[in-house]
Amino acid sequence: MSALLEVTGVTKRYPGVVANDNISLTVNAGEVVALLGENGAGKSTLLKAVFGLIKPDSGEIKIGGTPIVFGDTAGVISRGVGMVHQHFQLVPVMTVAENIILGDEPKRGIFINKKAAHDEILALSKRYGLEVDPEAVIEDLPVGMQQRVEILKALRKDVKLLILDEPTAVLTPQEIDELLGVIRNLADSGVGIVLITHKLHEVMAVADRVVVLRGGKLVGATSPKETDEAGLAQMMVGRSVVLQVNRTEAKRGAVVLEVKGLQVRDDRKILSVKGVDLSLHKGEILGVAGVEGNGQREFVEAICGMRHREAGEVLINGVATKDMHPHAVHEAGISHIPEDREKHGLVANYSIADNLVLNQFDQAPFAKGWVRDLAEVAKNAISTVEKFDIRTPSAFNTASSLSGGNKQKVVVARELSEELPVLVAAQPTRGVDVGSIEFIHNQLISARDKGAAVLLVSAELDEILSLSDRIAVMSDGKIVAIVESKDADRNYIGRLMAGLKE
Amino acid sequence: MKMLSKRNGYFLAAILATGFFYFNGSDVTTSVYATGTVFALPLALAAMVGIMCERTGIVNIGIEGTMLISAFVAFFVASLTQNIVIGLIAAIFTGSMMGLVLAVMAVSWRMDQIIAGTIINILATGLTSFLYVQGKTIPNVFQSFEIPLLSKIPFFGPVLFIHGALTFLGLAIILALYVAIYHTTWGLRSRAVGEHPSSADTAGVSVARLRYINVTIAGAVGAIAGAYLALELVGSFERGFIAGKGFTALALMIFGRWNPLGALAAAMFFGLAQAYANQLMIDQIVNIPSQFTAALPYIMTIIVLTISAGKVRPPAAEGQPYEKGQV
Amino acid sequence: MSETNVDKKVVENQSEKSTKKFDVGTWFIPIIAVLVAMALAAILIKLQGLNPITAYKSLFKTAFGSIEGLGVTLGKSTPLVLSGLAVAVGLRAGLFNIGAQGQLLSGALAAAWAGVTFEGLPGYIHIPIALIIGAFFGSLVAGISGFLKAYRGVHEVITTIMLNSIVMAVADYLASGKLREPDQFLTRTSEVAESAKLPIYGNLPSGFFLAVVLAISIWWILGRTTSGFRIETVGRNLHAAWYAGIPVKRTVISAMLISGAIAGLGGAVETLGITYRYAPAFNLGLGFDGITIALLGRVHPIGITPGAILIGGMRAGAANMQFDSGVAPELVDLLMALILLLVTAPLITRFFKNSSSKSMTSGWGN
Repeated sequence: MSALLEVTGVTKRYPGVVANDNISLTVNAGEVVALLGENGAGKSTLLKAVFGLIKPDSGEIKIGGTPIVFGDTAGVISRGVGMVHQHFQLVPVMTVAENIILGDEPKRGIFINKKAAHDEILALSKRYGLEVDPEAVIEDLPVGMQQRVEILKALRKDVKLLILDEPTAVLTPQEIDELLGVIRNLADSGVGIVLITHKLHEVMAVADRVVVLRGGKLVGATSPKETDEAGLAQMMVGRSVVLQVNRTEAKRGAVVLEVKGLQVRDDRKILSVKGVDLSLHKGEILGVAGVEGNGQREFVEAICGMRHREAGEVLINGVATKDMHPHAVHEAGISHIPEDREKHGLVANYSIADNLVLNQFDQAPFAKGWVRDLAEVAKNAISTVEKFDIRTPSAFNTASSLSGGNKQKVVVARELSEELPVLVAAQPTRGVDVGSIEFIHNQLISARDKGAAVLLVSAELDEILSLSDRIAVMSDGKIVAIVESKDADRNYIGRLMAGLKE
Repeated sequence: MKMLSKRNGYFLAAILATGFFYFNGSDVTTSVYATGTVFALPLALAAMVGIMCERTGIVNIGIEGTMLISAFVAFFVASLTQNIVIGLIAAIFTGSMMGLVLAVMAVSWRMDQIIAGTIINILATGLTSFLYVQGKTIPNVFQSFEIPLLSKIPFFGPVLFIHGALTFLGLAIILALYVAIYHTTWGLRSRAVGEHPSSADTAGVSVARLRYINVTIAGAVGAIAGAYLALELVGSFERGFIAGKGFTALALMIFGRWNPLGALAAAMFFGLAQAYANQLMIDQIVNIPSQFTAALPYIMTIIVLTISAGKVRPPAAEGQPYEKGQV
Repeated sequence: MSETNVDKKVVENQSEKSTKKFDVGTWFIPIIAVLVAMALAAILIKLQGLNPITAYKSLFKTAFGSIEGLGVTLGKSTPLVLSGLAVAVGLRAGLFNIGAQGQLLSGALAAAWAGVTFEGLPGYIHIPIALIIGAFFGSLVAGISGFLKAYRGVHEVITTIMLNSIVMAVADYLASGKLREPDQFLTRTSEVAESAKLPIYGNLPSGFFLAVVLAISIWWILGRTTSGFRIETVGRNLHAAWYAGIPVKRTVISAMLISGAIAGLGGAVETLGITYRYAPAFNLGLGFDGITIALLGRVHPIGITPGAILIGGMRAGAANMQFDSGVAPELVDLLMALILLLVTAPLITRFFKNSSSKSMTSGWGN
């Protein structure tokens, strides 16, 4: 009986990088194979190849014994391969039903049979125990429910092989356990599962076999029986990556940033920050832990003047800041490493040099009144690129030519350069390679040591645990606890993140 | 939906106003409304072009140019062959070609779509003014005919059921488009492509192919709008023939919230305004300088756009080029 | 799919730009575009049964073959330089100002009025006043679109085109009414006073040099000043601009005002330097020309000049061309359309893809 999925010797090159280097793996019916690897290891590329979205330079991919045809995504899907994407592939304005039937609609002639669709989805959701309302509109649904729709989409096609791409990124620890249970049940019923993740405890909890990718290569194949989390981590990065940064005790000073009774609405006008009080001291790092989607983004944006405050105040050294005015807030003393660096942090086709002075371009020494001093800008660029080890042939190349990690370094360099009293860092190492992560972490610590008050908001609990002096947990728009980091326990924090009290 | 009550209010006002006018002079009112329909049609069809393209995610600024060159071809081929049907067919072919060119630029070359549309407009203007020849004529225009029975209904008869062939064709297209968008698989897939192309892509729908098809067919629809002006409404062609209708159509599309019937209603409003203004001039009730009536549709377009701006929600992925496998 | 550095590299490599300040390779494209366009048009001419060589020869000989011809060429190029500059400034801010034609018209009419009304002033006062008034009205018209865009999110593509037609109607109304030349049944204004006419130096119009000086100034402003930086940043990423403290709405409006002022100036120069009055059928289509010239010159203030001279020359020689070869003067319009198509092919689109594709094309209501 042939394997469900057989990948043999797949290689895919892009200019400057080998995304997949001679990868081979097999998945059989009824087994859960975890595909482990950190950001940039080549997992996505491999998946896209399996689905026929990109064409490998060499190697073969067989599903149920037959090779796939590049470009024929529909064909791959029809052979029983389903995928649950990390970023949901759902149309926000359409209903659950419309999203699930898209591409294979029950019809009468050219017309969609809406009743049949409705019935089919009810039946499907009952069969797998994943309740949904077919007529609900996707963007009105909570994230966990949206994921159910995504899963149902995949299950609809009598799936034999289900691929889940980082499914737990947006779930609470409770929901994660539920999902792992669903995965186990599916496997027991004969479905083959590929679980893509970089979360080691999930792998240990549910996988039958583990395959580790690093830098495009397959560096290890094992199973939870034969190894442990530390062992997996070793394989993933080739050295111990349990991020313990060297960090001295914090020298905490006076309160610099105060948040009182903050309430903020999200883009859908729903109150997502429901009354937050927080004080941030000079010389400390306060980490805000929480599953994404609990109001962190709106919280950060409101503090930095990028989002309207529905209620409450933000005070710097006792002085209230202006609402909806990022520049004024910056002038008042807040530097911000934004969550979306492409949108808010950088201008892609400006040079690195110009990006480094983006928010100081009209101030001395970079401008004398109306006229810019380009020589000073250049000087600053050359010295910063060196100091921050930004990998680029020239400080005048465009920012778009940099890798993710180096782009982030540009943003970090710029925000740290003014040495303002408060630094707000939102998801500072997302999409960044390990070397740069380490660098950025050290920069945050040294900013703290120089006396800055650092607010670190991150969805990576490990990052929070290793960097913070105090840890706050944000859940459902409120801060549910603040603890000293030495008193913090991973499980305790996890439970708080899930909304459980203690 | 919140919108409904406001729109119902507009509708009610419109119906009441119509009733009032009819009561005060049924013949004049009927003729104004009938003329209004006739003025509205090219605008509505042009708005359909915009809807078909934007629903799939392609911004089409080139409707004006498509209509211009189609009208040109319709007229000159008709005068060459002395047959308006052949003119119509040639126009439809031309319009589709324009649509295809836009599709190549927007989908394959991933050009900025506003520039691509502007290129179509400039190309059309350049070609038509270079090739224009004076003094040509066509043998006839598409004549009005009556739909039996229905045309006898007071008011609605003349307004809706006595028109030329292209008007009926146009109305049929609008209705068909409405049904297609909301009730067929094509409609569902097109909308998905325009809102969230990667969802469609991963569901096995070819984003590029669907966009190519839609934009090309939209070009054909634009051609009918242009041909209508040359071969049915006006019966001639000159430089600057389209006079901004292709852009007004975009405003109608936005105001109608990318819904064919909504755009049709908005077009009717424009058509009626024009017809009414003409009537006022004929009756010499008010002395409006001719330049004002000429400028009226342009002013209205700006007003309509300003009202809708910020309150409407275009297809989420419109204007953004898509690369297969991009997620 | 989960973010990978690998996938990002793919995207980056496709959008990577040259670091060289002056990239010789890419400046060849406009030249090739012009040549190919001429070849394509030649085919069309041949199909009409006429001789393209005669046509082109006549065209260029008239335009560039003599000092008088050069004078006419530069005269026709001046409003082209200015409308191209106007469009370029708009594009730099991420705005598509197709309304240069209307703004130019309002500047022309205003300058004609000023040229007539302020009779008696010495030339060195009269001319600047008339020019400034022209620029002011051009900027006013553009400002309407700018305001609507900044504060209501109404896309400027449509409003500028609509305003074109509205301005034409208003100008027509005024030129046939209040501002009409007395005892004249044609729609036009009186000839401007001698003191308002732009001087001509040995056949070469001073207006042209004014335009070139302005182009250089704009180039310097965009590249070297804080105002220029604001405009450029807003054009490339308005979110990052806002976040960096740049007042986006104000910058958008300023850019439109500047753009309109330049276009208005173009109209004023045409009136005071060439036609000496305002009359309808007044250089229709110059607004669209501005777009072609801006894109041909790669949206670079200085790069616009050669393109403008070329097109201006073609327009100058068009009448003679028709006389000598029978080819319609509208050939120039056709050539411009073809040049535009060729110049915006895949290579140039990278400029716009990297900059403000989003701000230009999406968001009718944003």
